[in-house]
Amino acid sequence: MENNIVISAQDLSKVYRRGSEEVRAVDGISFEAFAGEMVAITGPSGSGKTTLLNLLGCLDNPTSGTLSAGGREVFGGGRAPGERELTLLRRELFGYVFQKFYLIPTLTVEENIMLPGAFYEAPGAKAALDVMRLLGIERRYRHLPGELSGGEMQRVAIARALINSPKVVLADEPTGSLDSRRAGEINEILRSLTRQGITVVMVTHNLELAGRADRRLEIRDGKIHAA
Amino acid sequence: MNIYSIAYKNLLRKKTRTALTAGGIMLSTWVLATLLGFNRGYQQGLNRDIDNMGFQVLLTAKGCPYEAATLMLKGGTGLRYMPENVVSTVYKNPEVEKVTPMLMQGVFDPNKGENGAVAAYLGVDAATFPGMKPYLEFKQGGWFTDNKAYEAVLGYEAAELETREVGDKMLIPGVDREIKVVGVLKRSGTQDDGTIFLPIEAVQKLFGKQGKLTGLGIKVKKDADLDAFENKLYDLPDVQVVSMAQVKTTIMNLVNSARVIVMGIAGIALIIAMAGVINTILMSVMERYAEIGIIKSMGALPLDVFKMIWVETAILCGLGGAAGIGLAFLTARLAEAAVRYFLPYAPNGALVALDGGITAFSFALILCGGLLSGIYPAWRAARVRPLEAIRSEGE
Ligand SMILES: Nc1ncnc2c1ncn2[C@@H]1O[C@H](COP(=O)(O)OP(=O)(O)O)[C@@H](O)[C@H]1O
Ligand SMILES: [Mg+2]
Repeated sequence: MENNIVISAQDLSKVYRRGSEEVRAVDGISFEAFAGEMVAITGPSGSGKTTLLNLLGCLDNPTSGTLSAGGREVFGGGRAPGERELTLLRRELFGYVFQKFYLIPTLTVEENIMLPGAFYEAPGAKAALDVMRLLGIERRYRHLPGELSGGEMQRVAIARALINSPKVVLADEPTGSLDSRRAGEINEILRSLTRQGITVVMVTHNLELAGRADRRLEIRDGKIHAA
Repeated sequence: MNIYSIAYKNLLRKKTRTALTAGGIMLSTWVLATLLGFNRGYQQGLNRDIDNMGFQVLLTAKGCPYEAATLMLKGGTGLRYMPENVVSTVYKNPEVEKVTPMLMQGVFDPNKGENGAVAAYLGVDAATFPGMKPYLEFKQGGWFTDNKAYEAVLGYEAAELETREVGDKMLIPGVDREIKVVGVLKRSGTQDDGTIFLPIEAVQKLFGKQGKLTGLGIKVKKDADLDAFENKLYDLPDVQVVSMAQVKTTIMNLVNSARVIVMGIAGIALIIAMAGVINTILMSVMERYAEIGIIKSMGALPLDVFKMIWVETAILCGLGGAAGIGLAFLTARLAEAAVRYFLPYAPNGALVALDGGITAFSFALILCGGLLSGIYPAWRAARVRPLEAIRSEGE
């Protein structure tokens, strides 16, 4: 099992300062995610789910604790990598999916998916077609995001996250703005990724969907309440 | 997918804003190119006009020399007269290669135009004048050979205006005398185009100006000391020395001082256009914080984002600049008409001379200004943290 650990966090904390007040958004969380598993993070609003997910995805720097990703120590022992190192790490390891999709409205579905290719050597049209087929949006490839339904937009966003063949997909309330049928579909898609060995860490409010994950992590006040 | 098409498509997102900004750049490029073109065209035209006079020094009767020169150039009237014997006095100087006497006469013609107009006749010496203007070519006929003959040679435009051809007769108003057209000149692009040339003695006789001249054109020998010669001429009584070199400098100085002001305006236009670019691109960056954050979370480095925004600025300025250059070419004739209206004297020919150098310089200047303006917004965009996209999500 040891070898299959993709993300490992030890005593991870993130403290925000609001004036003299300290907010311990993430408070000493230790957590490991294995290859090909789906972990659901739940908890009340403001409990620190998003902050934790951002820390795991190396989008944010922890205040303390250590974080290893893809077998390498990223944060820890006073080490804080530079922006370039973090960017390269994100290219290699992570795909991100957000509640609000964040597609670029001026680009077509295909162009949105192939966006990383504008900045570095990334998989091209063939790979884009493969992920579009996987997500059932290949017929929409010439459409602009504005012409799609919410469910379709989230599929495009997932396709964009997958184009780089990430090891981990981090999804922050990916079904939050969808109706329950679409939410179920998106959840199924994310679930199916685990069969290719991709680790999916998903924040959700939907307890039913969380129940379909391999593991559930409940957060309260920045701490793991129940696993 | 490349950053050029992303940048280009982003500019199309807010079409009106993009168009307005590009319009500002277009206008400042237009002003710049037109002014530079005008500067060149005016100078070239002035040089051509003055060189084509065939003489370097003009003697006129006492009066304001520049007024006289301007009148000469414009083919005007109201000149004073000097005695014919200056010709021989001047000719005695060893520096002189050729002299040609001239008598300008204006006649009010009540039948011309709506309220009548002045017709100008230039009496020239059949023996010496054609030799001073070897570049004048005839469309029809040729020079008169007898200084007493009632014959005329018409400049190209004068012939069109009077609708006369060789062999036609034309009436000189006021003196009721018919003269015969013996030659029509080809277009020369100089003030000669609008002139009606008559033999000098005929003009003297027709208008009762026997023994009088309005001007004496002097061609100086190539190796002669022009300054020393001019100084000698100053000693002649009742005579003004108009050095064409000085006229050129004086007119250029006048035009240059006006140009400094106009260049200042062009500079301000450029700064305003640049402020517009900064504003537009910065706004577009602010509106796209989330998108830029996402792009960075997907693996774009700060330099990539900087380039993307910079390319956007370059496209905006490039399009605006190109449009401005195009506009300058399209409106060159119009700008010329305006300049002719406002300036007391403007040379013949193209006043706004746009060429590759001016075009390239104006375009490069605008592009540099634009790229400079793009640095700050691009830097702001490059600094966006991927997290900011997610933070703006809210719960
Ligand atoms: N950038 C920030 N600055 C200050 N406080 C923050 C910031 N981001 C989040 N917080 C605080 O941290 C806590 C956890 O927030 P978050 O991780 O967004 O919770 P969740 O996603 O579970 O709703 C909240 O109290 C929130 O107000
Ligand atoms: Mg959240």
